[in-house]
Amino acid sequence: MSTTDLPTPVLRGAAPAHAPAGTGHLRGTRSFPAEARDALQDTQLRRNLGKATGVIRAKRQAVVDEVPDWEELRLAGSAIKADVMARLPELLEQLEANVVARGGTVHWARDAEEANATVLRLVREAGADEVVKVKSMATQETGLNEALEAGGVAALETDLAELIVQLGHDRPSHILVPAIHRNRAEIREIFLREMPDVDPDLTDEPRRLAMAARAHLRRKFLSAKVAVSGANFAVADSGTLSVVESEGNGRMCLTLPETLITVMGVEKVVPTWFDLEVFLQLLPRSSTGERMNPYTSTWTGVTPGDGPQAFHLVLMDNGRSGVLADPDGRAALHCIRCSACLNVCPVYERAGGHAYGSVYPGPIGAVLSPLLTGISGEDDPNASLPYASSLCGACFDACPVRIDIPNLLVQQRAASVESHRRPTGQDVAMRAARVAMTSPGRFTAAEKAMSLGRVLGGRSGRITALPWPASRWTASRDVPAPPKETAREWFARTRPGQER
Amino acid sequence: MRIAVMTTCLGDAVVPQAVRATVELLERLGHDVVLPPGQTCCGQMHVNTGYLREAVPVVRHSVDVFGPVADGDWDAVVAPSGSCTGCVRHQHAMVARRAGDERLASRAEAVAARTYELSELLVDVLGVTDVGAYYPHRVTYHPTCHSLRMLRVGDKPLQLLRAVRGIELVELPDAEVCCGFGGTFALKNADTSTAMLADKMSAVLATGAEVCSASDSSCLLHIGGGLGRLRTGVRTVHLAEILASTDGSGAAVAAPSRAQSGPAPDVEQEAPL
Repeated sequence: MSTTDLPTPVLRGAAPAHAPAGTGHLRGTRSFPAEARDALQDTQLRRNLGKATGVIRAKRQAVVDEVPDWEELRLAGSAIKADVMARLPELLEQLEANVVARGGTVHWARDAEEANATVLRLVREAGADEVVKVKSMATQETGLNEALEAGGVAALETDLAELIVQLGHDRPSHILVPAIHRNRAEIREIFLREMPDVDPDLTDEPRRLAMAARAHLRRKFLSAKVAVSGANFAVADSGTLSVVESEGNGRMCLTLPETLITVMGVEKVVPTWFDLEVFLQLLPRSSTGERMNPYTSTWTGVTPGDGPQAFHLVLMDNGRSGVLADPDGRAALHCIRCSACLNVCPVYERAGGHAYGSVYPGPIGAVLSPLLTGISGEDDPNASLPYASSLCGACFDACPVRIDIPNLLVQQRAASVESHRRPTGQDVAMRAARVAMTSPGRFTAAEKAMSLGRVLGGRSGRITALPWPASRWTASRDVPAPPKETAREWFARTRPGQER
Repeated sequence: MRIAVMTTCLGDAVVPQAVRATVELLERLGHDVVLPPGQTCCGQMHVNTGYLREAVPVVRHSVDVFGPVADGDWDAVVAPSGSCTGCVRHQHAMVARRAGDERLASRAEAVAARTYELSELLVDVLGVTDVGAYYPHRVTYHPTCHSLRMLRVGDKPLQLLRAVRGIELVELPDAEVCCGFGGTFALKNADTSTAMLADKMSAVLATGAEVCSASDSSCLLHIGGGLGRLRTGVRTVHLAEILASTDGSGAAVAAPSRAQSGPAPDVEQEAPL
């Protein structure tokens, strides 16, 4: 591990097929319906989410609508990603060679544990006991902060929303806006409670809150010797890494400390600098609803006398090789973590991000989390994730790289069904339905049996309570009593001899 | 044209009024309608619940029953359902291919190429937007996710509704947001489904409409089930039923006599759903 001459995980199948259980934040502990039930009862959460996603949705739509070639851009983004997946090992080796040639060091991590151990070792070697962090999904995925803390290193999130989550001892609930579930009154209380030198007269005015966070962070930027970042893109043919952000805190971390450690998932590589042209149009419009993000930082190796004098790149697999090998699931690796699918998803909007139990919530998370970690049986919370969608398709329309998320959800549902170790009630019902639906005679017999249900409807013709599992329907919805005559019976009666 | 109607399992057994209206409408427009008798279900429930292997024989049965359209025996197959049409068009071949049955996949594609949702058939294939309907009610229309995003029917249902005499069509706020049905989603994630339904019902009630229409009986079953539970007095009516309604004068189109022999769709609106 962690030298430049080890084999590329995706090259020789050295990486485990799935991310390890028990490390990081990819796997929840309760099923989606159970988590969602709790979230739906939280009226404040429902309000916060509905308001925030509504605002982002409208902003995104406005800036997408003003791009005349948006569909062509989506197609280009999709094509570049398909090309990257087709020759990932080759591109990663090229990236490695160029990072090394420009004074950086590359480390390969087969999984989250190796990635965390590598970062901890590098921090210790730099003689530091605290690091400043740029917002990074990869290190959220690996649970790096907890791993560093266990190793005696304090990690400070500098992205404002991540800081709110960290200070609130909370979990992120959105890819882009981790504190989307909090309103400003709640944020004020967190700051007053957790920031040592905060102004006791702090109000919930957004500017006052931002200034408090700024003062708190500025002290850390100036003292930290090591920074840890993620990466939005890595350019293979130049060895350049890139982070896009809105606040400038990331750039502080990328430029001030002596040592910079970047952890990235292997799928983030793009072939050439020119490919950034497509993604730097697609990403900001899709994620923050802006024409361009305020800060785009790029760096290539080290430059003597300017910026960090040591640069380490940790290339992490953590289940991605397994996803790459799955012809159905591979497209999930195209994701550029813009979160557009979350903001348009009616399920996410109501249940919130925590219900998904993973740092990747929403529609893409519902396929990515089980793909990365596997589904270990019908009781695995992962088995419930692909069903956390009504398959309405809004996610596909919003996806800037045209990932067919509804189809991926169906494929992961099949994986969930195929993980069953013992027949479930659902298995039995689906087999029975298959038997009835492949024989006209049996289908008609089933319809006859169902029409006996007319008695349940009584005179009103509406059924208001049915036994389990149909009770899950009648808890909030009536059912019409079955009609006296099916459509086919009516046709046969009124048009004798004309069925065909 | 000779048109085969896919009743859909739900349409046959639970909401036959949408199928009856489809048959009567097409006959009124002068077409020859058949109801292939061996039909059961398109298999969408199996596919979308993840039972892709169990779905294979169901898909094969459906492709067999509607195969004559690929051989030219009928000119088209029509379903009064966006989601069942979506399953036929986008999932049948996928299921067959995943099971390694290339012959079934290409047969499924040939059938799918001539299978239409009702508004597609009327506007794109038959080239008609004014079907001579009369429906004097305040109506709002829910476009349904699979019609919108799987089939891309666009505003075809609205084109048809705008041409209905007597209708007062009112726009549904957040129309393109899912109602929360989603097949087994409504059972597996009943709480989230109910929350989505609640918002959809609020939108429907905000319009002041007396009727909420759609071209998918499954979505209407969900929305209507909720509106009924809350005693809102708003009823759900399938697009086909509105288009099949006339004032009895047969003004716009010559109507074959049989069209008047069935129960008038207006009477059916008083039925449950």
